Amino acid sequence: MTITRAEVEDFLYHEADLLDEWRLDEWLTLYTDDAHYAIPCNDDPGGDPARDLMLIDDNRFRMGARVERLNSRKAHREYPHSNTRHMITNVRLGAWDGDELPVRASFVVWRFRGGRAADYVGQYFYRLLYRDGALRIRDKRVVLDMTALRPAYDVAIVL
Amino acid sequence: MTTVDIPVGSRLVDDGTRFRVHRATMTDTGVYSGELAKIFARSWLYVGHESEVREPGDYVRRPVGGRPVFMVRGRKSGEVNVFHNTCSHRGAVVCRRDQGNTKVFQCFYHAWSFDTEGNLVGMPGREAYDEPRFAELGLAPVAKVESYRGFVFCCFDPAAVPLTEYLAGAREYLDLVVDGADGEVEIIKGTQQYGMAANWKLLVENSVDGYHAASTHDTYFKYLVSLGTDLSVGVSGVTKALGNGHAVLEYEAPWGRPIAKWEPLFGEEAKPEIEGLRAGLAQKYGEERAHRIADLNRNLLIYPNLVINDIMAVTVRTFMPAGPDATDITAWELAPRDELPQVRQRRLDSFLTFLGPGGFATPDDIEALESCQQGFTSGGIEWNDVSRGMNRDPQATDEEQMRAFWRRWRADMDAEVTR
Repeated sequence: MTITRAEVEDFLYHEADLLDEWRLDEWLTLYTDDAHYAIPCNDDPGGDPARDLMLIDDNRFRMGARVERLNSRKAHREYPHSNTRHMITNVRLGAWDGDELPVRASFVVWRFRGGRAADYVGQYFYRLLYRDGALRIRDKRVVLDMTALRPAYDVAIVL
Repeated sequence: MTTVDIPVGSRLVDDGTRFRVHRATMTDTGVYSGELAKIFARSWLYVGHESEVREPGDYVRRPVGGRPVFMVRGRKSGEVNVFHNTCSHRGAVVCRRDQGNTKVFQCFYHAWSFDTEGNLVGMPGREAYDEPRFAELGLAPVAKVESYRGFVFCCFDPAAVPLTEYLAGAREYLDLVVDGADGEVEIIKGTQQYGMAANWKLLVENSVDGYHAASTHDTYFKYLVSLGTDLSVGVSGVTKALGNGHAVLEYEAPWGRPIAKWEPLFGEEAKPEIEGLRAGLAQKYGEERAHRIADLNRNLLIYPNLVINDIMAVTVRTFMPAGPDATDITAWELAPRDELPQVRQRRLDSFLTFLGPGGFATPDDIEALESCQQGFTSGGIEWNDVSRGMNRDPQATDEEQMRAFWRRWRADMDAEVTR
């Protein structure tokens, strides 16, 4: 399988667009049914969700519930929604591991709401699949560089 | 508009049928500085849990009451020491990592070294002093340090009452958490450090507020329903003042409790194991106490700024104002020590459904509290009403627990500080 960095970048930019446009139902379709989305605590970037407290540890079912929640008018922290901008750079492809392609990328996510700004900085660790002619995400792990989440308040948005 | 002649800084009205809190208590910078001097400098404050410094030389560094301190298990004494994080020479911070294990803390500025009991044990060029007073130049321990069932507290006021006296009725509820875990609990690795642009006392109220659950957390309850959870049990129980400003909300709720109450989130396969845990508790403590430990939720406030919520998991949460309208929040997860991996996994999972800055409920709490803070600046209404349940035995959706906090808050704020 030959997947170029440009193809992976296009795919990640597409994900960023869907998130920034709050097209969360479409965002979910980028993920496999056994997908996982996790954010370790700022003080434990190597955190293992089986052993350690995380900030987010969603299986595909809970990712769906998260989307349903964010789509509703009762996710008060995100109603009305923040304006976000997911910036992705430094995309590096690892070596295929079975059917999975490990990819890491640096990100900055800006979040603006009610006259306030917050920024999140860190690295994405993806495991991608190529299935039915398209890339899909089986695993997305978001490792934050900030030493504490405090300046950004919370992670009610999808990073 | 009525004018009430009561001391500035502690503006409450408590006339037996109505309880009102003046909103200046949440917005005024003078009140905030008063709180630092009269509450945070004088109350027992949570530092950490003994399990975080299990081995001699283990340490954690964190701010307590707004002051950088660190907690270390002494290599000679085996005791947990809490020191002000400042060199006795010219002030630099001596513990410069959030956690670790060490034999000495060496100040990098002039290389003075202190052992884990706080003794000065080395300095370069000691011949420059006629008589280097090593014994007088140790690290400063915080005035008082005591622990209760593994929870370490300190107090910056040397005249404070002993911790067990201070904890008053809250001890019983700490006991329930620890007994349910078979006597040994530990803090799980990973710290949630988040924040909000709102007054810290709003989080006090919110952490023990049963009234807001149904309205604010609708999306969480919808998630439970999508898992197949039966919501018919609702939220029902009691609220109680525990003395010295501590208070608790004790209640039944629809969600599961990894300690021993099954729910669909945990999966069918977990049922026999959870029933086994439940039977073990009944055998050890009798049916009544087992019911309390396994089935009842407890939102416990230990005055002024420690919350231990024993709900769908156990969170230990402490917070500190960074101004009248800014609060730094730190939350950990507490669990029985050496729990089976699958039980631990369920507990971790259960925690994240509701709790924390990425959970399905906590962000909406933050939104509510920031919204209150914004509302206060609008003016027009001077007082918050905290009277709910004053006309009956306080139920889970009443506000007696908040009144308990506020009464102690007023007593502290009205006290003369002589030190």
